[in-house]
Amino acid sequence: MGFALCGIGFAHPGKTIFDGLDLELPAGRFIGIVGPNGCGKTTLLDLICRHITPHQGHIHYAGRPLGAYGKRALARQIALVPQDYGINFPFTVEEVVFMGRYPHTPRFGAPSAEDVDRVAQTMADCDVLAFKDRPITSLSGGERQRVIFARALAQDTPVLVLDEATANLDVCHTLTLLDRVAGLVQNERRTVIAVFQDLNLASAYSQEIVMVKAGRVVAAGPTAQVFTRQNLKRVFDVQARVAIDDFTGRLQVRYKRSNHNS
Amino acid sequence: MLNASSDRPLHRLQNHSLLIAGLLALALLAAISLSAGMGYMKIAWLDVWRAVGGSLTGNAGLIADVDELTRVIVMEVRLPRILTAAAVGGGLALCGVVFQGILLNPLADPYTLGVSAGAAFGAALALLLNLTVAGIYSVPVCAFIGATATLMLVVYLSSSAGGANANNLILSGIIVAAILSAGISFLKFVADEQVSVIIFWLMGSFASKTWIDVGLSSTFLLVGLMVFVFYARDLNLLCLGRRAAASLGVDARRVPWILLVTASLVAAACVSVSGIIGFVGLLVPHMMRALVGPDNRRLLPLSLFSGAILLLCADTVTRAVLPHEIPIGVLTALIGGPFFCYLFRKRQTGGRGF
Repeated sequence: MGFALCGIGFAHPGKTIFDGLDLELPAGRFIGIVGPNGCGKTTLLDLICRHITPHQGHIHYAGRPLGAYGKRALARQIALVPQDYGINFPFTVEEVVFMGRYPHTPRFGAPSAEDVDRVAQTMADCDVLAFKDRPITSLSGGERQRVIFARALAQDTPVLVLDEATANLDVCHTLTLLDRVAGLVQNERRTVIAVFQDLNLASAYSQEIVMVKAGRVVAAGPTAQVFTRQNLKRVFDVQARVAIDDFTGRLQVRYKRSNHNS
Repeated sequence: MLNASSDRPLHRLQNHSLLIAGLLALALLAAISLSAGMGYMKIAWLDVWRAVGGSLTGNAGLIADVDELTRVIVMEVRLPRILTAAAVGGGLALCGVVFQGILLNPLADPYTLGVSAGAAFGAALALLLNLTVAGIYSVPVCAFIGATATLMLVVYLSSSAGGANANNLILSGIIVAAILSAGISFLKFVADEQVSVIIFWLMGSFASKTWIDVGLSSTFLLVGLMVFVFYARDLNLLCLGRRAAASLGVDARRVPWILLVTASLVAAACVSVSGIIGFVGLLVPHMMRALVGPDNRRLLPLSLFSGAILLLCADTVTRAVLPHEIPIGVLTALIGGPFFCYLFRKRQTGGRGF
C-alpha cells in the first residue's frame, strides 16, 4: 500500500522543483519528511495527494498508477491535514468534521450511524468536543488546526498526510495527536507521511526519515541511520549532535549554527 | 476549555431549514398574489387567482365574474413583471451564494467577475447604434453577449495566471470591469441625446416585461439551480480552500469553473433582462447565512426564495406604492446599502458571525 515515485519532474512557472526524483515510501510506517524551507516538501505532498500531476515520471500507490483512482476513491485512501486552514465561513466545528465523511456518504444521502459515531469519536480524540457547536471562524489558530486534524481522522483513510500539522499546537496537544496517529500506524498498519519543521518531533515519532534538499532526496531510511551529524550538516548546514535522550527515551537532536570561518 | 460553547451560543435555525423553506415559498406565493392586485387599478387577490386559474385552465366559469380588462392587466401586464422580478431576485441571490463560496470571499457578488459591466457595455452599444436586428430584444441580446464575452475574457486572464485562483479571478474581474466602465463612459459621451436611454437602462427596471422575459430568466434560473444543488456539497468543501476540497474528493480544478461559469451565465441573463440591480446578490446570502449557517445545501434554496421575495417587494414598492416609479436598481442600492452597513457594523462589534 506504499507509494513509489519514479523519475518525477515538476516545475512551478519559472522554478524547477523536482528533476528526476525517485522515492519509495513504504506502507504501514510513520515517515517523516524534513528539509530546509523551499526544498519542495509541500510540493512532494501535493504530488502524493494528486493535487498536482508530475510533468514527468510516474507515481504508483498500492501498485496502481495514482491517476487511475477516482476522485472519491482516492479521498477514501488518502487524507490530508493541510498547512493553510484559513476559513472565511462560519461552519460549526461539527459541520467541518462531518465533511471528513463526505467521501464515504452518497452525494444526496444522509450520514449513517457509523458516520455519526466516527465524527463524535474523532472530535473527542482531538479535544474539540467542548466547542463542537461554535463557528470555526471564532476559534484560535491551534483550535482550528485540531478541528482540521479531526476532519482528516474522520476521513478514516489508510494513508494520512500531515503538512506541518502540529505547527500551531501547544506541546500537550502536539504529543496527544502525534501519539494518536503513531498508534494508528502501530495497531492498524496505517501509513503516516508527515512534513516536520521541528527536527525533534520528526526524530521522536518517525520510523523512517526522508531528507530533502533543493528537490533531491539526500538521505532516506530508518530514522537512526538518516539522522546523522553529516546528513544534518549537508541538508540544514548546522552543527548537530544526535543522541538518545535519557529523559524521553527518544532520539533527540541538538544543533547550532555552523561556523563557516573555521 | 470547560464549556467553551456557552460563552457564544449560536442562534441558528439550521434544524428548521425545511420549515423555513416552506414558509418562504408560501410567502413568495402570497407576495405574488398581493402584488398582482396592487397598482393603479386595485384588484382583489381572489380575482387575481380567478383570472390566473381561468386563463391557465381555459375554464370560462372561473373568469365569469372577472371583467376582461382585469384579466388582461393581471395576465399580460402585472404577472410577467412580477414573475420576472422574482426570477431575477432569486437568480441574483443564488449567484451571490455561489460566488462568495468559490471566491472564498464573503464580499463577492454576482458582478464580481465583471458580468454587469460587460452587459452594460453591450446594452449601451446596442442603444447607441440603435441596433434592431433582434427587434425589441436587441438590447437584452447585446447585453447577454457583452456579459458572456466579458466572462470569457476574465476566465482567460485568470486561468493563464495559474488555475482558478480566487485572487486572480477577483483581480481580473476588477481590471476588465474598469476598462469596460471607461468604455461605457465613452459611449455615454458620444451618445448625445440618447444618453438618457443608456442611463435609464443601467439603473435597471422591470417595467413592461413580457412572458418571454419570464421564460428566459426562469429557464436560466432553473438550469442554474439544478447545477448548484448538484454541487452544493462540493461547494461546502471548496469554501474550506482548494487543497482541502481536493483531498476530500472534489475535482478542485473543474468544479469551480463549472460553478463560476454557470453562475455568471445566470447573472448575465438576469442583467440582460432587468439592467443592473445591486445588493440583492450580496445581501441575501449574508442574511440567510446568519439565519441557517453556511451549509450550501440549506443556504441555496433559502436564498432563492428570499431573493425572489425581496426583489419582488422592492419592485412592487416602486411600481405601486411610491408616487413616481424610481429605477429598481437605485431603490435596492438605497435600501440595501445602509442595511449592509448595519449588518457589517454589527459583526464588527461582536454580533452574530455571518
